[in-house]
Amino acid sequence: MTVTYEEALQKYEPVFGLETHVELGTRTKMFCGCPTAFGAEPNTQVCPVCLGLPGSLPVVNQRAIEFAIRIGLALNCSIASWCRFARKNYFYPDMPKNFQISQYDEPLCTDGYLDVLTGGETVRVGIERVHLEEDTGKSLHVGGATGRIQGAEYSLVDYNRSGIPLVEIVTKPVPGTGYLAPEVARAYVTELRDVLRTLGVSDVRMEEGSMRCDVNTSIAARGSGAWGTRTETKNVNSLRSVERAVRSEISRQAGVLDAGERVVQETRHFHEDTGVTTSGRSKEEAQDYRYFPEPDLVPVAPADEWVSSIRASLPELPSARRARLISAWSLSELEFESLRNAGALDVVEATVAVGASPADARKWWLGELARKANDDGIEVSALPITPSDVARIAALVKAGTLNDRLAREVIDGVLWGEGTPDEVVEKRGLAVVSDDSALIAAVDEAIAAHPDVAEKVRGGKVAAAGALVGAVMKATRGQADAPRVRELILERLS
Amino acid sequence: MNELTTKTAAELAAAVAGGEVSAAEVTAAHLARIEAVEGQVNAFLHVAADAAARASEIDARRAAGAPLGPLGGVPVAVKDLFATVGMPTTCGSRILEGWHPPYESTITRRLREAGAILIGKTNMDEFAMGSSTENSAYGPSHNPWDLSFVPGGSSGGSAAAVAAYEAPLALGTDTGGSIREPAAVCGIVGTKPTYGGSSRYGVVAFASSLDTPGPLARSVLDAALLHEAMSGHDPMDSTSIDAPVPPVVAAARQADVAGMRIGIVSEFSGEGYQPGVMTRFNEAVELLESLGAKVTEISCRHFKYAMPAYYLIAPSEVSSNLARFDGMRYGLRASASSAEETMSLSRDAGFGDEAKRRIVLGTYALSSGYYDAYYGKAQQVRTLIIRDFDAAFEQVDVLVSPSSPTTAFPIGERADDPIAMYLADLCTIPSNLAGNAAISVPCGLAPENGLPVGLHVMAPVLADDRLYRVGAAVEAAFESRWGHPLLTEAKGLSA
Repeated sequence: MTVTYEEALQKYEPVFGLETHVELGTRTKMFCGCPTAFGAEPNTQVCPVCLGLPGSLPVVNQRAIEFAIRIGLALNCSIASWCRFARKNYFYPDMPKNFQISQYDEPLCTDGYLDVLTGGETVRVGIERVHLEEDTGKSLHVGGATGRIQGAEYSLVDYNRSGIPLVEIVTKPVPGTGYLAPEVARAYVTELRDVLRTLGVSDVRMEEGSMRCDVNTSIAARGSGAWGTRTETKNVNSLRSVERAVRSEISRQAGVLDAGERVVQETRHFHEDTGVTTSGRSKEEAQDYRYFPEPDLVPVAPADEWVSSIRASLPELPSARRARLISAWSLSELEFESLRNAGALDVVEATVAVGASPADARKWWLGELARKANDDGIEVSALPITPSDVARIAALVKAGTLNDRLAREVIDGVLWGEGTPDEVVEKRGLAVVSDDSALIAAVDEAIAAHPDVAEKVRGGKVAAAGALVGAVMKATRGQADAPRVRELILERLS
Repeated sequence: MNELTTKTAAELAAAVAGGEVSAAEVTAAHLARIEAVEGQVNAFLHVAADAAARASEIDARRAAGAPLGPLGGVPVAVKDLFATVGMPTTCGSRILEGWHPPYESTITRRLREAGAILIGKTNMDEFAMGSSTENSAYGPSHNPWDLSFVPGGSSGGSAAAVAAYEAPLALGTDTGGSIREPAAVCGIVGTKPTYGGSSRYGVVAFASSLDTPGPLARSVLDAALLHEAMSGHDPMDSTSIDAPVPPVVAAARQADVAGMRIGIVSEFSGEGYQPGVMTRFNEAVELLESLGAKVTEISCRHFKYAMPAYYLIAPSEVSSNLARFDGMRYGLRASASSAEETMSLSRDAGFGDEAKRRIVLGTYALSSGYYDAYYGKAQQVRTLIIRDFDAAFEQVDVLVSPSSPTTAFPIGERADDPIAMYLADLCTIPSNLAGNAAISVPCGLAPENGLPVGLHVMAPVLADDRLYRVGAAVEAAFESRWGHPLLTEAKGLSA
């Protein structure tokens, strides 16, 4: 029933959209003074307000409003001069009030865009809205096969998360990306994550759930100009999953349409292990949330001067940085992308800042260091080596004190905690040997050991000297200054 | 009856501060009175076990020369929807039976700091929904004027306690008239302050945009003292007004209406108004004129839509506010096999009929497709009512009407007729929708049944002091005419 992605794209044109929830990195919760730190003992960061105890009342965290405005401005949105919170009413045990304070028809930020780069192309993704809401508690369903509430023997609820400020960032539908739809979706989330990280408003850790995506996907016959029925895929919690979820939904929906059936508007769940989505609840039997303005809060009315001062305080955003670095470092957009996708932008820039050339900084961070990080399964920026260390190693290579092979050994030493690059060079005795008196003995030894090669060189076959250089390098365990060795060989055999 | 229980709060505070009587004696007298009459009145759901101990603390403070606060040693009865540490809070509902709040409401905290002795928690209509206390899960309270009659509601326990001399002061909340109507039918004073003038933090919500905590007392000055002590900005309540408390105590002492412009709301008379209520109301108006007020008649033509608008807005908010009572975290929990069923059965077992009726009404009014026609339209009506008030207050300083169209009614009479019950709040609802201030002060007994009638005075937002000027002037003039406070004529209690 499911057709391949390629087959699907021959017949159908996809449209996707994303709703991204981001936990804001405020010190305290959205409507009370409880701390937001991740990982505390369950139900220790709670108070009457975030437990929704009878009689308790919410008070808006101004810092959360400021963060949401920062996000809105960075996404080129209009900031409402007056808006209200609304109650979203539904019953669930992890919602202590059985309603969530959110925003409905009066979001704080509207109508913006984010330019994203993928495959060397820039795609403009429209932003419908950015609004604020409170997070729910977290349920742990115990005793069932699926970890869902159905079939569980009992459930535990941790309200530490209850009331943590969330922003929901909703894109407009993104049409016209064709075959690239899954990649564009991923690139959007990547760019959004970088923007949010740059703004300092969230730690945007998808694996800890501080950034979570719902992906809307629809397809329609190519050239029809129509949009199909969309599904909303929940639980898409990594960059890779965003791409896979869009891809999988396109294929699945194509299979449904090819079979002459119709796509059901519904919520679907993404499964990380299999990469496919399964049906959740149908939108047609969806709940009526009975939104109405939250009467316990007064309207939010950010003054123009405040918004202006927030705008003035925005840091350099990823798109501006991209333009700047592409120009300053003479990169192609693809080269820039590989740097960004490797998560190496900050470290490379920092390495350049302490004196390395952009080419050297890229070479080490994307080469040897990226391999090490990959081996350890960590971000390259998490390696225990500093940009200054890398710059120093590059400088030692440039000065001829190290060659590339020795440099890699120095990197190993630094990563093993043996000290600074200079200390590692010292301790491991790794400096290139370019002192003639030390080299001449090794050169003479090599000549003596390979009389046939020496004869060829004497006879004018200079290229044959390479074998003698190799022998010297081997004998000195790579530490000899290879160009000098070659000069000495040619001198002695001339 | 120990004479200490017939004293006003002002007198008791002065006597305790002056060392003429100890707080312990005052508290003991009121506890004895409660013991003596509760079997007849049923005003309290809980009597504070630590009242005597708290009173001794006040006495110790006095002995040490420390200041006592404006209500030092004065007992205050607290409507059972204020969160109180050390006393349960049930809201008159089975669903919160045995719930002990782990935190204190702002207002009760302020009263404790002002030296008041919180003497107990008073009966009420479930979650403050009702006008008779008959919707309490713990049985109705009885009107001290005639025990077979209701004391009004929803703050009926508080009104009955004050009228029965079980406490000189009580806290209530007023969402559609729930302080003023019981005060009127029990022959005492009750104020709904300006919305946002008194904190809602720790006050279990009925309808958040309307709920207003306020005082009940036997004298206008006492009401002002409690009003002042409980009021003021609270950063824990976003809707709390950050402005000075209106000078209500000074106004109550001023008690002067000379030159004040008073408007009679012409819509609040005619069919449905008990003749004896109108007789006493008209006398009160004549009295005000005789005291130098300029009285005119004012039409507020949208007030007739206040009740229907209220019965869309309040239930809508209720349907959301009461959603948290689901048996999951506190309160009554029905045993069932799934979370959904547990919630459903707990709510079915825990809520009474009126709570359920309003939850259903509000759920319907907020539903997709009905929102604009009901909740949305009701909010528009609310705006029109605010404009009526604004226009009226350009011409007059205060508006007056009867507090309720009738005197108290017999227990059971309206229990099965919700609409008849709702009519008790006909005159009081507009001030809740507009968020302004209003008071009910006694203005005599209806000739046909000898039950008390209240004069209702409404003032603009944050002009609460005007209520006390008018109220105190009326009180002084009537008491001088009658020769005694009205309440001394109450003969319902055998003790």
